[in-house]
Amino acid sequence: MIITRRTFVKAAAASGAALVLPGTAPGATPAPVMRAVPSSGEMLPAVGLGTWITFNVGDDPVLRDECAEVIAAFFAAGGRMIDSSPMYGSSQPVIGYGLEKLGRPEALFSAEKVWTSSAADGPAQIEQSHRFWGVPRFDLVQVHNLVGWEAHLETLFAMKADGRIRYVGITTSEGRRHDLFEQVMRAHPLDFVQLTYNIVDREAEERLLPLAAERGIAVIVNRPFQQGALTRQLQGEALPDWAAEIGAGTWAQVILKFIVSHPSVTVAIPATTRVDHVRENVMAATGALPDAAMRERMAAYVRNL
Amino acid sequence: MLEWWTYRLEDFLLFSPRVYWRMFELANAAFWPVHLLTLAAGLALVLLVLRRAHRHSLWVALVLAALFAFVGWSFLWSRYAVINWAIAYVAPAFGLQALLLLAIGGAQGGLAFDRQDIAGRLGLLLIAVGLVVYPLLPPLFGRPWVSAEVFGIAPDPTAIAALGVLLAASGGLVPLLFPIPLLWLLLSGLTLHVMGDPQAWLPLLAAGTTVAVLALRRIAR
Repeated sequence: MIITRRTFVKAAAASGAALVLPGTAPGATPAPVMRAVPSSGEMLPAVGLGTWITFNVGDDPVLRDECAEVIAAFFAAGGRMIDSSPMYGSSQPVIGYGLEKLGRPEALFSAEKVWTSSAADGPAQIEQSHRFWGVPRFDLVQVHNLVGWEAHLETLFAMKADGRIRYVGITTSEGRRHDLFEQVMRAHPLDFVQLTYNIVDREAEERLLPLAAERGIAVIVNRPFQQGALTRQLQGEALPDWAAEIGAGTWAQVILKFIVSHPSVTVAIPATTRVDHVRENVMAATGALPDAAMRERMAAYVRNL
Repeated sequence: MLEWWTYRLEDFLLFSPRVYWRMFELANAAFWPVHLLTLAAGLALVLLVLRRAHRHSLWVALVLAALFAFVGWSFLWSRYAVINWAIAYVAPAFGLQALLLLAIGGAQGGLAFDRQDIAGRLGLLLIAVGLVVYPLLPPLFGRPWVSAEVFGIAPDPTAIAALGVLLAASGGLVPLLFPIPLLWLLLSGLTLHVMGDPQAWLPLLAAGTTVAVLALRRIAR
C-alpha cells in the first residue's frame, strides 16, 4: 500500500493510537528529540520550521491566518526554532503576525539572517527584521549565503558581545561555496551553520558535518525535502518495511529521520503551509531514530529507486 | 560575491502559485467595478485606432499612460512587490512607460494610426487578446473566475493590448515604447514557466509575435 503524507496524517488522527509512541502516555503528544547547541548546551527540538516560499503570502488575510495556524500547530507539537530571512519576501511580517496572534509564545527560538552586500546596511536590516517579527532581539542571526560575510560577522560578533543576539551563524544552500564555508567555519567562533543536507544531497557529510562536530558548531539543515521535489518524487513509491522499524509513517518522516539522526545535525527546518504536515514533521523527531547501519540502508534504498 | 551561475531560474521564485493567483483575486475584489471602466477604456482605444484620425492619437496615449501608471502603482508596487522584492525595481518602469507615452503621444506626429498593413491587423488581434481572451482564461486553466486578469488592472493583458496599439501606430519615436511592455511579458512568461503554469506560453507568444512583426517590418523597409 502506498501511504501519502495526507493519508498517514488522517489515519493517525483517526486512530489516535498511531500518534502514541512507546513510552508515551496515551493521549499525550510525544516530545521531539532534543539536541544541544554545542557552544551553550541549550537544548533545542531537532525539527524547526522554515519559511522560504511558504510564508511569503504578502498581505493576503486568509493566507496569513493559515500561516498563523501552522505556527500554532508547530509550537503545540513542541517545536521552537523558526527560521527566516530578509530575502524571503513577506515571510518576516507574516511570522510577526502569527506570533502576535499567538500571544508571543515563550518557546520561540528566533533564527534570522542578514542579507545585504553592504556592510553599512546590515545593522539597519537586522533592526527592520526585529520590527517585522515584533521581537526585542533575535536568538540567532546568520549571514545569508555568505553575502558580505566578513563585515557582517564583525557586526554580529559585536552584537553578541553586547547581548543583542545570542548566537552567530552563516548559511549556504544546495552545496554552494562549500570551500569558503569551510574556511569561515575554521577561522571564526561560529555558534551555528546552516546548510543543505538530505538523503540524496549528502555532500555535507564529507567535510562540513565532521568539521562542525570538531569545532563545536550547531548545524541547521535547510531544504530537507529539496523544496518538496524529493517528497513528490517519492510519493508514488511504497514505504519499505524498515520504515516501521524507525517509526516513520511517511516518506517525509523517513527523510527527516535520516537527517536528524546524523550526530552532527542539531535542527532540520522543513517548510510547509499545512498544519497536518507541520505536526507530522515535528513527530518525525520523536521515537526511534535510525542508527548508522540503518541510515546507509535508507540512503541505498532511496538511491536505487 | 554571489556565484550567479550556480542558481537556477527556480531559485528566484519566492512565492507559490497559490499566492500568485490569490494576488489577482484580491486585486479584483479591491478594485471592482473599476474593471468596467478599464474595459470601456480598452474598447475606446480600439475605436480610436480604427478611426485613424490624427487628433485622437493624444487620447490613445493618455489612456494608455493612465493605465500603465495605475497598474504599476496598484498591482506591481502595492501588491506584487510585497511578495517579490525584485518587482520593486520593475514597477517604476511602468511609470516610465506612462511618461514616455505622454511625451511621445503629445509630440507633433509622435503617434499616428494610419497603418493598413498586416502589422496593424496583428496589433488589433493582440488588443483583442488583452481585452477579451485574458479575462476568459481562468476556467481553461482550472482557476476561479475571481482570479481573472483584466486589462487595466493586471499587467499582462495591459502590456499585450498596449503592444497591439503600438503595432498599429507609426511615428519616429514609437520604437521607444516597445521595450518596457516586451521586457515585462518576458519576465512574466518566465515567472509562469518556473511556476509550472501552462499559461506561460501566452505572454511569451505575444512578445515573440510583436518582435517578429517589428523585425519583418524592418526587413521590408
